[in-house]
Amino acid sequence: MSLSVDNVSKRFGRFAALDRVSLQAVDGEFLALLGPSGSGKTSLLRVLAGLSRPDEGRVLFGGEDFLRLSPRERRVGMVFQHYALFRHMSVADNVAFGLRVRPRRQRPPRAEISARVKELLALVQLEGLEKRYPAQLSGGQRQRVALARALAIEPRMLLLDEPFGALDAKVRRELRRWLRQIHDETGVTTVFVTHDQEEAMDLADRVVVLNAGRVEQIGTPAELQKTPATAFVFDFLGDSNRLPCRVVDGHAMFEGGFSAPALGPVHEAAQATARFRPHEVDLAVEGGVPVTITHLSARGALIRAECQGLDGALYEVDLLRDATPASLAPGARVRLRPRRVFVFAETAR
Amino acid sequence: MRSVGLKRPASLGAFLLLAIAIGWLAVVIVLPLVSVFAEALRKGVPAYLEAFRDPDGQAAIRLTLLVAGICVPLNAVFGLAAAWAVAKFDFRGKGFLLTLIDLPFSISPVISGLVWVLLFGANGWFGPALEAAGIKVIFTVTALVLATLLVTLPFVARELIPLMAEQGTDEETAAVTLGARGWTTFLKVTLPNVKWALLYGVLLCTARAMGEFGAVSVVSGHIRGKTNTMPLHVEVLYNEYDFVGAFAIASLLAGLALVTLALKAGLEWRYADELSAGRRH
Amino acid sequence: MRGRWLEPSVLPGFGPALGFTLFWLGLLVVLPLAALVARPWELGLAGFWHSVTEPRVLAALRLSFGAALAAAAVNVVFGLVVTWVLVRYDFPGRRLADAVVDLPFALPTAVAGIALTAIYAGNGWIGSWLGPLGIKVAYTPLGILVALVFVGLPFVVRSVQPVMQDLDAELEEAAETLGAGPVQRVTRVILPALAPACVTGFALAFARALGEYGSVIFIAGNMPLVSEIAPLLIVIRLEQFDYAGAAAVGLVMLGLAALGLLAINLSQVILARRGAA
Repeated sequence: MSLSVDNVSKRFGRFAALDRVSLQAVDGEFLALLGPSGSGKTSLLRVLAGLSRPDEGRVLFGGEDFLRLSPRERRVGMVFQHYALFRHMSVADNVAFGLRVRPRRQRPPRAEISARVKELLALVQLEGLEKRYPAQLSGGQRQRVALARALAIEPRMLLLDEPFGALDAKVRRELRRWLRQIHDETGVTTVFVTHDQEEAMDLADRVVVLNAGRVEQIGTPAELQKTPATAFVFDFLGDSNRLPCRVVDGHAMFEGGFSAPALGPVHEAAQATARFRPHEVDLAVEGGVPVTITHLSARGALIRAECQGLDGALYEVDLLRDATPASLAPGARVRLRPRRVFVFAETAR
Repeated sequence: MRSVGLKRPASLGAFLLLAIAIGWLAVVIVLPLVSVFAEALRKGVPAYLEAFRDPDGQAAIRLTLLVAGICVPLNAVFGLAAAWAVAKFDFRGKGFLLTLIDLPFSISPVISGLVWVLLFGANGWFGPALEAAGIKVIFTVTALVLATLLVTLPFVARELIPLMAEQGTDEETAAVTLGARGWTTFLKVTLPNVKWALLYGVLLCTARAMGEFGAVSVVSGHIRGKTNTMPLHVEVLYNEYDFVGAFAIASLLAGLALVTLALKAGLEWRYADELSAGRRH
Repeated sequence: MRGRWLEPSVLPGFGPALGFTLFWLGLLVVLPLAALVARPWELGLAGFWHSVTEPRVLAALRLSFGAALAAAAVNVVFGLVVTWVLVRYDFPGRRLADAVVDLPFALPTAVAGIALTAIYAGNGWIGSWLGPLGIKVAYTPLGILVALVFVGLPFVVRSVQPVMQDLDAELEEAAETLGAGPVQRVTRVILPALAPACVTGFALAFARALGEYGSVIFIAGNMPLVSEIAPLLIVIRLEQFDYAGAAAVGLVMLGLAALGLLAINLSQVILARRGAA
């Protein structure tokens, strides 16, 4: 079923947690809400779950007014950041909870519940741990119990709040792949919150980038990388260097007499800031920003060079290891020449 | 951080401290306890048992059980309600409410009795009006119950509030999203998480309800066989120089105290994680 | 709280739960205490003053306050020793000793009262031994002190114990590497760290002792002007149907307790500030 969020606002006193947020998700879509802490992504998730009520706006789900339904009636499966497993219940009882608390008439018979629990534990690869208690599980296992519990009620939509936030890096990557797989198998519309851009880009069909309660951009991971709409999106999705420039006819002109094609929405500006990624820079002998290399560090096939400009500004540059001259060492003076840059409209905030 | 941990006493100073501490506990605490049983059995077992054949003594035991039986469930329900409101919701005036809940701990038991006389005594605010309506409160079981309720009010709430606050609302919220109704959430999620702390509070509440002396002494009127609870009956017998009788009833109360301590120590030892932070030692 | 009285929540039952809580507190705490605060003034201001400055009342208040302070002080000293031994030493019966500390919480006060009287009376286990030395305990203010020490001990131990248990071992090791001897480690490192907990324990023991009744009246002898405690005076005035006079003594006792606790809280704040600096 499709989800439609329309101009939703939520204020806590003067602080706007959500500011006229709108977005759509089609049936079965895997949507990521990405943003730094305080951007409103968890607030939005809680509005979808019915755990908090927006001050304005509409939420439609499958054409139904979602805001008029209680959390119970919405039948969304929610996976909490710290899992919120029932500590005094076994894994099996945790998973069965949502089925057992149904009104008598809608409650499946006992045998059916235990069959369903078995099936779900197989799906999340936790067979054999039915009798364990949450305290006896690892973080990754708890996460999977929480997911199985949310799936048990056959949710119309699955909501996950920083699902991998409390796990270490290796487990995160494993569970990420596996979550994608579960989504593909169940086909349930899924919204998850994360502050990790890599996670969002890796998992989601589309990503909603939030900042200070507002939607900055919505798009597929490829779209976001290729055409970031705002400076915030560009900065949030990767490392970013900045250089003052002016823009003439779609080209950024820099001090020192060099230029680069300016992508992004701005085509003419007397004063602007050009942004570029560390891997989209060439080292030049002349016609570039003069810098001194302060530090070099190896990163697989790349070498990350930290450089300082004459005015003290810092730049990060990624160089292919094989293409880097051996003479390049801290203290070396070089010139940086971005291959292409993004120029965004200056925002008031 | 790492705590220092236990070690066997090795130095002279260590043994000296150990001797002082154990000696102090023995003289200050254990000796009085032992003396209760020694005095009760001073004239032999038959005389001891005889004390329990006294109908007034039996009435005192029944009354004590009745008062505790009324007060403990009521204050347990209060404790659960207060803890639900205070620990699971955020509202203004919470600190004031907590102070009110704690207040009975810091009032003299005699004052906890006095206030009921001020309200319902012959010269009390409501006493004369109630008397005219044929309702007597002071010198009746009602007054004993009211005084005991006041004295034991904080016990269950005090155990539950810190624990439920520490547990937060995550599990209850999860239960709601999974479709559970209010009562189901409370009975299946909240209550099992605090059951041992609830039992702990009920235990302390019961011990105090049965052993309370000062507050009930003020409102009871000491009517033998009618408004004397066990501790009051101990006083009556003692003042009549029936020492064996007094200590016999006292030994029963001391036995109850020992059972309470044993259960309490057992709960602390076995369910340390499920009692609130202050109780884990 | 961002200008709102109640933070919204999806959990049900706040209304009934708070409603019952307020009803219960109103019935059992607020209404009765309102009577205590209101009734003494039936005597008029002068009458109230007269009622609480009678020599007998002053003597009883002085005795209750002084004995409570003294008992709390004794309990801090010995309570620290007991706690130290329970927390630091491994000895047979440690668990039992630890459980025994709570006995005064659990033992009904009347039972403690008659037991202590039996022990310290002239023919008692300890009394018969102290008598020849010229020390009388039962039926004297000293007896009151003994009873108050009994009821107050667990407050000090249970306040200090968790703090002492959580003292970081590195603290003492650091002091040792810096050249502090065992006595210096205790007086300069450990005791200052325990000071706030000691003050808390002192306050709790003091508050309990000030209002204590059951364990005291049997051993006190209850001689007016000598060994009569303030709570007993309340009982006596009630028996004479002097409600306002009884309430007056009760109110002054509450006031004294509040003043005592205020002073202790102030010292707690000062200790905390020193700890934070």
